[in-house]
Amino acid sequence: MTDSAVFYGTEVESRLMLGTALYPSPTVMAEAVRASGAGVVTVSLRRESAGALAGQAFWRTIRGLGARVLPNTAGCHTVKEAVTTAHMAREVFDTPWIKLEVIGEDDRLHPDLFGLVEAARILVEDGFRVFPYTTEDLVAAGRLLDAGCEALMPWGAPIGSGLGLANPEGLRAVRGHFPDVPLVLDAGIGLPSHAAQAMEMGFDAVLLNTAVAKADDPVRMARAMSGAVAAGRRGFLAGPMEPRDMAAPSTPVIGKALLS
Amino acid sequence: MTVWLNGVETEVRAASLDRLIEELGYGGARVATALNGDFVPKARRAAVTVREGDRLEILAPLQGG
Repeated sequence: MTDSAVFYGTEVESRLMLGTALYPSPTVMAEAVRASGAGVVTVSLRRESAGALAGQAFWRTIRGLGARVLPNTAGCHTVKEAVTTAHMAREVFDTPWIKLEVIGEDDRLHPDLFGLVEAARILVEDGFRVFPYTTEDLVAAGRLLDAGCEALMPWGAPIGSGLGLANPEGLRAVRGHFPDVPLVLDAGIGLPSHAAQAMEMGFDAVLLNTAVAKADDPVRMARAMSGAVAAGRRGFLAGPMEPRDMAAPSTPVIGKALLS
Repeated sequence: MTVWLNGVETEVRAASLDRLIEELGYGGARVATALNGDFVPKARRAAVTVREGDRLEILAPLQGG
């Protein structure tokens, strides 16, 4: 039985999305992506030197992986920057998908939610399929959907922090308020258990990068994350029990011998 | 004339953006261009004139999270 996620009408078999940055080498990055089974990888645009043409080699490597690419607008601090970068990414990567980042504060790489909504509206009108990198703010989530986004990417914790889900109750609220919107938990994952936790909550996918790239053994961690995402998803589908404050014996009480 | 290529002052000859891309050694490369902060689609490069002091950004695929 397949259990694909669907984003903007496109089925994605794996619910793990993986970033391609910070690996010890391009070879390790490629091995990690393969080991993770990720169906989507994130990429960016940066200045190209005519001498080295490093971006061309990187692009060949990515194409060889066979995964769908999700370009980002990382590092953009204004609506104009983000919109222009998105247009450049669409041409280079030949996809309308864009992970929209508009950063408002550098210490935590906190999304500028006001700029994000504005940029999302412009890009949706321009035909983009926008994946906005946002927080667990319910009002912002609603505005992003009003702007035409058909998926949301709330953060778990600041990018690269590895802190896990800093506000699980808030993230559960996003899931609960928007039960039919594809949600990708993006950023802050440090451990496989964090990824599993997001999936157990009912998130549709998890996007992570640093946790794999900066592990001592990125390829092994990629496999671990893949297993965690799959386990969390199965747990969600299985319908977890309700937690309770008091003990409830699992071993039958009836029929117990009187031995005192 | 002098332009700012990816933030570096660079001496160039060609006046149209498509020829400038060739002159700078990006011919055939998968790159996107922006002139003075505005995206210039590949199909429009031939019609765009580059002037002294212009800021040209030439971007390519790179690792991202």
